[in-house]
Amino acid sequence: MSLASYAVIGLLLITAVIMGSALLFIGHFVRPRRPTPAKLQPYESGVPDVNPPRARFTPRFYLVALLFVIFDVEAIFLYPWAVAFDALALYGYVQAALFVGLLLVGLLYEWKKGALEWV
Amino acid sequence: MDWEPLIVSYLFGFVLLNVLLLAMAYMTWLERRLVAFFQDRIGPNRTGPFGLLQPIADAVKLISKEDIVPANADRLVFLVAPLLSFVLAPLGALVVPFGDAVTVFGRQVNLYVIDINVAALYFLAVGSMGVYGIILGGYASGNRYSLLGALRSTAQVISYELVLGLSLVGIFILTGSLSLVDILRVQQRTLVLGGLELPNWFLLSQPLAFVLFLIAAVAETNRAPFDLPEAETELIAGYFTEYSGFRFSFYFLAEYINMIVVSLIAATLFLGGIDGPFVDGVWWLAVKAFIFLFFYVWLRATLPRFRYDQLMGLAWKVLLPLALINIGVTGLVRLWGIGAL
Repeated sequence: MSLASYAVIGLLLITAVIMGSALLFIGHFVRPRRPTPAKLQPYESGVPDVNPPRARFTPRFYLVALLFVIFDVEAIFLYPWAVAFDALALYGYVQAALFVGLLLVGLLYEWKKGALEWV
Repeated sequence: MDWEPLIVSYLFGFVLLNVLLLAMAYMTWLERRLVAFFQDRIGPNRTGPFGLLQPIADAVKLISKEDIVPANADRLVFLVAPLLSFVLAPLGALVVPFGDAVTVFGRQVNLYVIDINVAALYFLAVGSMGVYGIILGGYASGNRYSLLGALRSTAQVISYELVLGLSLVGIFILTGSLSLVDILRVQQRTLVLGGLELPNWFLLSQPLAFVLFLIAAVAETNRAPFDLPEAETELIAGYFTEYSGFRFSFYFLAEYINMIVVSLIAATLFLGGIDGPFVDGVWWLAVKAFIFLFFYVWLRATLPRFRYDQLMGLAWKVLLPLALINIGVTGLVRLWGIGAL
């Protein structure tokens, strides 16, 4: 009943969406709606907003995202290996060690390069 | 096709959703009370006996508050993002087994919503999808603090996600399955260690993985001491600075539901879930999940917040290598155990 299980997840997802929307819909009748120009400004701790809202941010966030993609793929490759561990035995272990080892060298390189530093 | 098991598991899932919502409401009450006691205060105690009606009062208040959409917000995304966070939060709990099969009205009913063969992977996937609600909400708010909070949160969640995922590989090696039902079955056996009969919980055979999972889980749910995305002194309220009323409370709901779901998963993976002395059952799972939830509050009341570079450094330079070492050692021990070495 594996595929059907995913259907249940889908149905429950839809149920959750309906429950959430219903809460917002009920609120629609009881909450006030009195927008004023001052109220609709972005919150800046009381100072007038002067800078563009989509501020520039440090490229380190991109670097983290790139590293994450590499290591997440690694984790995903390790999952099937872990499940079939007993069958693959030593051969599989050596293969996985080589694979992880290569990525570890990459991580050490990043580390040395300072990609993991935030200051 | 036989529809009956489908309908039964849907109904069970529906009940579970509502139980989670109720548990979440009382988790907020519990946290406020506990933090109050930690700080030598009393906490909310006026609404009903022991303040037990406080969550209801909060809900009524939040639902009747104005729903402000800032002028330079990306309107559609701003409106949908909190709902996304809220909807995805409880889905992880669907794979948690709540007990052995029981017979109701002559029918076999499984006490889990679904048992899929990739359950652990599914939990991680759903858990990390919650970050979409955060980054979209922060981006769409049109506020610098929101944007920075959202970026921080995303970088944090994806970094600790790796540790979370890798810390579980050891368990998969030992069980040969990703299904939480199978993992639970393995833990229900008895471990004999030097004449001592112990439960076969993975807390005992994977202690390092347990610590890694615990740290990563706290970071993944954006809780203290890893609550950088909502560091008030730097970012006001982080990604939900611009949110008000019930849309704000969706983020709040999502955070607490995530905590409960992670506690349930941690209890099932490492503490043997429903397994316990005397009679196995859902009460043991509840007790263990409660221990984790109490631990969350305890951490919040005890530890100061990390600095951001410390936070990222911890994930990449300490926890990630440790998780890989754990996998290597577990693999070696298993190889020796099955006589392949």
